Amino acid sequence: MENCFHCGDECPSTPISYQDKSFCCHGCKTVYEILHDNDLSYYYDLEKSPGTSPLLSSSKYDFLKNKKIEAQLLEFNEQETQVVSLLIPSIHCSSCIWVLENLNKLHPAIKTAQVNFPKKTVRITYSSKAYSLYDLVILLAKIGYEPYISLDDATKKKSSIDRSLIYKLGVAGFAFGNIMFLSFPEYFEVNDFWLDKFKYLFRWLMFAFAVPVAFYSGRDYFISAYKGLRSGILNIDVPIAMGILVLFIRSTVEIAMDWGTGFFDSMAGLVFFLLLGKFFQQKTYAFLSFERDYKSYFPIAVTRLVKNSAKANFTEEQTQVYELKKGDRILLRHEELLPVDAILIKGKALIDYSFVTGEAEPVGKVSGDQLFAGGRQQGNSIEVEVLHAVEQSYLTQLWSNEIFSKTKQSRFESLTDSISKRFTLSLLSIAVVGTIVWLFIDPSKALNVFTAVLIVACPCAIALAAPFTLGNLLRIFGKNQLYLKNSGVIEQMARIDTIVFDKTGTLTTSAKQVISYEGMELTSQEESLLTSTLRSSNHPLSRSLYEMLRNEDIMTLDDFDEEVGKGIIGVQNNQRIKIGSYTFVNEGESPSNPTHNQTAVHVSSNETYKGYFVFKNEYRQGIQEVFKNLKEGRKMVILSGDNEGEKAHLEELLPKETQLLFNQKPEDKLNFIRQLQDEHRTVMMVGDGLNDAGALQQSDVGISLSENVNIFSPACDGIFDASRFQELPEFIDLSKKGIRTINQAFVFSLCYNLIGLGFALTGHLAPVVAAILMPLSSISIVVFTTISTHFLGKKLEKSIPGKSRRKMS
Amino acid sequence: MSIIYMLLGISVVVALIFFVAFIVSVRKGQYDDTYTPSVRMLFDDELVKNPDASSLDEQQKTNHIN
Repeated sequence: MENCFHCGDECPSTPISYQDKSFCCHGCKTVYEILHDNDLSYYYDLEKSPGTSPLLSSSKYDFLKNKKIEAQLLEFNEQETQVVSLLIPSIHCSSCIWVLENLNKLHPAIKTAQVNFPKKTVRITYSSKAYSLYDLVILLAKIGYEPYISLDDATKKKSSIDRSLIYKLGVAGFAFGNIMFLSFPEYFEVNDFWLDKFKYLFRWLMFAFAVPVAFYSGRDYFISAYKGLRSGILNIDVPIAMGILVLFIRSTVEIAMDWGTGFFDSMAGLVFFLLLGKFFQQKTYAFLSFERDYKSYFPIAVTRLVKNSAKANFTEEQTQVYELKKGDRILLRHEELLPVDAILIKGKALIDYSFVTGEAEPVGKVSGDQLFAGGRQQGNSIEVEVLHAVEQSYLTQLWSNEIFSKTKQSRFESLTDSISKRFTLSLLSIAVVGTIVWLFIDPSKALNVFTAVLIVACPCAIALAAPFTLGNLLRIFGKNQLYLKNSGVIEQMARIDTIVFDKTGTLTTSAKQVISYEGMELTSQEESLLTSTLRSSNHPLSRSLYEMLRNEDIMTLDDFDEEVGKGIIGVQNNQRIKIGSYTFVNEGESPSNPTHNQTAVHVSSNETYKGYFVFKNEYRQGIQEVFKNLKEGRKMVILSGDNEGEKAHLEELLPKETQLLFNQKPEDKLNFIRQLQDEHRTVMMVGDGLNDAGALQQSDVGISLSENVNIFSPACDGIFDASRFQELPEFIDLSKKGIRTINQAFVFSLCYNLIGLGFALTGHLAPVVAAILMPLSSISIVVFTTISTHFLGKKLEKSIPGKSRRKMS
Repeated sequence: MSIIYMLLGISVVVALIFFVAFIVSVRKGQYDDTYTPSVRMLFDDELVKNPDASSLDEQQKTNHIN
């Protein structure tokens, strides 16, 4: 079998040849021609078969011809210079970068193009003189780089990237280095004449460097500590802020009074390490978004039919979705998404709601029926009348639920915060007791001891343990295709005691279906007629059945008829085949042996009933093991929007304790999760579609399973590559081990604190001791957590190659 | 030894120059995409200037092999 030179897919038995190269389809060949003719064939030298088959339907982008929409998408639009940033999900290799950045070779109006690979965007500057955004998008689609444009693009505000953490880190690092440098002579207490002379200058220079560290870089700690105290919480930032403040004030007093050098070096180091931890914890995946709502799924515009008052006909017009009003009439083509609730006026609708409700099968609708937003039309074009504007539709109302306005992080107390409560209280009592004791022994040293305790016990190492462990785990998870929103999710994952799964698309694969035939055997002639008839139908069931039977000979049909929602009829050489529902195939008879709730397609030949094909969703590999491993100490639930058709099958497949719930609407799912939480359960929701969006948001950990992580998933805490589904228990296990590592690191850093307290309480805390002890404790914690998480991650990575090899064989 | 004042002044100024350069580079967005430039710098002017010539070259190559 040959592979396509352009996209690498397998070629059909007779590949399309062009210039000694084989292509799988004409689309791929066209791309090759375009690139070859424009001297861009280096594209194929960079990477082997780097391309993507281009999409041919161009009417999809007709809305870009609307000047208003075009203007909304443009980043810059002055005279003849236009700048646009487009998201292109198919960017995946260096060839992609190269060809997109050489886009100007394909059309003179394009000036420059710059790719941002992690974000999968391309920023194109062009001149609108003889070119338009529509032409540009069509050009991109033609070479296989179809941009993704959704309603989100029209509404998003220019978000400025928050770089303040980098600045703060830069300031702290800069000052830390310089202060260390300046305090070096005094570490050794050399009584050199010249050193004594320059001491004061050195000290005040250190002070100058320390001011921005304390009050710019460390600002967040003061703010957070203040907020925490005001709401009565002793978070970890309270002792940190206290430490920074005491360090700064005592050092300033010391150099002002000429008592000593102070601890500016320790303070700058402390802030620098803390910020480094914060920075490390922030692992972002530029190409993923965890905040999506329906807007990223909905089209930016639809075809509106406007009545011509003079003549009685309609003209088509591209209109923005937000401008749709009640009573407007819109046209929906094959595979287009309905963005509003509407009433069907004309045409046969076959709406696929899998996206909204999780139901696997599309539903047929006739004129006068109500259609809901989020449905996707299959088959011929239909005309509908708008019932509600987009914000008021049934689906989008889910987003007005209060749960979407809350931020998740504030709902739970992190491990570090719970430790810091006890830590801060004991620290303060030690400081007070130590001071009182010294008041009796030597009152002149009491204040010295009090500040020394606060300085040395500043929980730098404790504050670093969690960020570095979780940051490392976050990267390990990401490498293994579980992309988490932030490190807090790992902490939550370790506490999970209830796991709720969606069925369609989560437990089942969306791609594969198992089809089995029951009934009288079909003759080869009947089979070939069946295949030829199926070929002409657009119904998803026909398509998948055709995919299975496609090796049969194809004949030309004498007659073909499709009755939407019922079935299809094909005629050839006096042979007449009917395919569809039982009542359709048997002329209105009700089924004697009902195949209740099963997805089945019945067949009759020349009015004799032959049998039926049963469609079963294929469950993901290893789901039995996943449930078996997870059920230990956890409650397992399946929450499906689909009917009960699969109930018996699931009961057989999964452990007995699993709770099965069917016919769940999106709000039902959300409320079910809330109920579980009211019973003080920590719930993980694993889902995929928009219908799970509410449940994902409500749950403590919402994981969205995705066949292709570049395609959009609803707002969630983590995006999980579906091919790794069977390793879910291992990920949860790893998060638990991560928490154990943090606890070990806490014990470790407490030891350092005790040693430091020993120095502080005896009144021997010299600047050089603090300068050694503080970085040492921080660095050893970082090393400890890095090594232990590395070992934990090794186990997870080890399990990959074995499994993938098994999959291949 | 009063030269040390000058040395100190110079060293602080040099450090500040680098610090300002860092801030400017962050502000310009140089750290926003750390991957693409690393790939981009490896591209030369690889445009195949004359497609016919290149296919001729290929033919010659295959002839050599034969």
